[in-house]
Amino acid sequence: MDFLYSVTADPVLQIVEDPVFFLQIILEGLMAGVMYSLVALGFCLIYKASGVFNFAQGVMMVLAVMCMVTVYDAGFGILLALLVAMVFMVGLSFAIERVVLRPMVNQPQIILFMATIGLAFFLEGFGEFIFGGSSQKIVPTEALHIGRDALLIPMFGSEIRLQQLDLTAGVCAALLVATLALFFQKTTVGRALRAVADDHQAALSVGIPLRSMWVIVWSVAGLVALVTGIMWGASSSVDFSLVLIAMKAFPVLILGGFTSVPGVIVGGLIIGVGEKVAELYWGDALGGSIEEWFAYVLALVFLMFRPQGLFGEKIIERV
Amino acid sequence: MKFGKYLISLLAAVAVICPLSTTAVAEDGLYIPMFTYRTGPFAPGGSKIANGLTAYFEMISKRDGGIEGQKIIWEECEFGYKTDRGVECYERLKGKGSLISNPFSTGLTYKLIPKAPVDKIPILSMGYGMSGAADGRWFPWVFNFPTSYWSQASAFIRYVGTEMGGMDNLKGKKIGLIFLESGYGREPIKLFETLGERFGYEFKHWAIPAKQMADQRSQWRKIVRWNPDYMFMWGWGVMNPTAVSRAGEFGYPMDRFIGVWWSGDELDTKPAGIKAKGYRAGTFHAPGAFAEVHKDILKFTYDNDMALAKEHNYGDVLWSRGVFNAMLIAEGLRNAILEFGSNITGEEMRWGLEHIDMTDERLEELGATGFGRPFKVTCSDHEGNGPVLFQEWDGEKWVIVSDWVEPMREIVRPMLEEAAATEAAKWNYTMRDDCT
Repeated sequence: MDFLYSVTADPVLQIVEDPVFFLQIILEGLMAGVMYSLVALGFCLIYKASGVFNFAQGVMMVLAVMCMVTVYDAGFGILLALLVAMVFMVGLSFAIERVVLRPMVNQPQIILFMATIGLAFFLEGFGEFIFGGSSQKIVPTEALHIGRDALLIPMFGSEIRLQQLDLTAGVCAALLVATLALFFQKTTVGRALRAVADDHQAALSVGIPLRSMWVIVWSVAGLVALVTGIMWGASSSVDFSLVLIAMKAFPVLILGGFTSVPGVIVGGLIIGVGEKVAELYWGDALGGSIEEWFAYVLALVFLMFRPQGLFGEKIIERV
Repeated sequence: MKFGKYLISLLAAVAVICPLSTTAVAEDGLYIPMFTYRTGPFAPGGSKIANGLTAYFEMISKRDGGIEGQKIIWEECEFGYKTDRGVECYERLKGKGSLISNPFSTGLTYKLIPKAPVDKIPILSMGYGMSGAADGRWFPWVFNFPTSYWSQASAFIRYVGTEMGGMDNLKGKKIGLIFLESGYGREPIKLFETLGERFGYEFKHWAIPAKQMADQRSQWRKIVRWNPDYMFMWGWGVMNPTAVSRAGEFGYPMDRFIGVWWSGDELDTKPAGIKAKGYRAGTFHAPGAFAEVHKDILKFTYDNDMALAKEHNYGDVLWSRGVFNAMLIAEGLRNAILEFGSNITGEEMRWGLEHIDMTDERLEELGATGFGRPFKVTCSDHEGNGPVLFQEWDGEKWVIVSDWVEPMREIVRPMLEEAAATEAAKWNYTMRDDCT
């Protein structure tokens, strides 16, 4: 009986009694959701344009930000550090295309997926070799003009607390999505990328240079990884444990759809708000730390009813 | 083409066989396998500890030629803080004549506990691992001196009780714990709950799963809402700096937030910088590099090259912990050699560890005055009941802010004995009858 009360009436009563706190949770969930969306965006881009689920996206995120911080720590300016990190990610994309993707053209998707699993292990070791697995890197938030203070908004005798870092991440995500949407919809390269995603051979037959397309999309995903790494690293520190954050992208992608950039954002926000609200109001009744599995259960439910996700393309195969 | 395939097969076979063959060969000397993690998610902390361990062994090798004339042979085995890989390291290296297992992971410690009496290799889980192992009558092969997690936790309660003006003032207060979801993180919960019943404070705890280490928003929102009088942390890796940052961001007072010794390195506070000012952590040795032993390390290990020393984390808290750990291993080895002569066995090393008597005089002889506090290991007491020191982050460095705080031995020891008997029953162990 107590359990039933704690999972039904109690959460509702808590929300009614303290609506400002509920609003705080919603806003924090949205902020967390934006951060999840940033991670998922890199996966989405590569999948959308090449049909490859890039398991190495989490490692790419850490490599990008490690490169940036290493250059900055060496005494160079922040702009140069950002530029070097971007060049590094583009170079990495060239290497991946040449060594991993090119021999895999026209292979089944599962083979490409397996290749990216191997790539993830290699890149982690490579990263530790280049940057040193032992060193802790700290994102230079001051140089990047990322605020670390809290904004306090008075509300009904209480207050809402928002972090400047989270707000910055939200603005970055919005800019990224707008830019990418324009890129995919309005540019020749963007349309070519979508053609490549539909069918490698067909795209090749109409003269689309597959190799260049792959390099471009992996480079763009690398740049997104850099932004994501900066945002996640700024709230703690930069080391290879950040790779674990990539796991958060999976339910976001399932929810939003693997091929939709706006879907990734909406999926991230739903996951962010959902898991924070669930943890705060139902977590204790269900044993605590339910946000570890909540997102995956939510994604599982979505898979049952809408396997292509909220905004994903419905796959119709004629036989 | 065929020849090429044969050649590749041959090279592959050689590559596989060569490392295996080396495991069977052990040089003459005191062989110490070192389970280290310089890679993986916990590498920043693991590397510092490993650097401290090797720094000390290198120093006494160069300064003294080893221990009592015996050469020290140490070998790192990278396990990435993954228990399965750690067990593989243990199995691979034990044939070389391991004299001790020094896992630096509670998960790995638990896996090695049943192996220790079989292979006759003692385990030193210095200040971590299974608290119940403090009862040497049930666990003769496991040592957790100078203090177990439970003793540390009781010292935490004594410390905050004293800070509040007396233990009676704990009544009605709220104390919380945020911990890494793991065997290590859960270890102190029982002790905090027991002391809560005794002293009348309310206790709540929040787990941080590995995937949430860099987030923690929900947990800190709950914490701030509950508004505990004190928050403790049993964290590791990126969980620590994130928790310190989140505490500041969510408005929890930093001077009421105290971490265990795994949560008190420069790695944990530097990302938050000045905002971490006031954050405290427990420790069982002093931070910094100020003692004679540190000077000797600078001289012999790093050739007085401070830049090189700093590159190897000289003076950082976790580096110092590695040094302290190596110093205690060396002390056990020394005891065993003095008692049994050269070519000691694991069983003799166990005797050596069991007879460590770290007095003020002995600390001075080791050049460690002020570095650690005296403690004594016995046949039945494998933790030595070491006291705990508290250090505070002043915005740039750790400084000591307390005297040595004694654990609540009268409460903790019976709990340790009960836990040891319960754990020992799982493995059908019998109690030693040679402890007086």
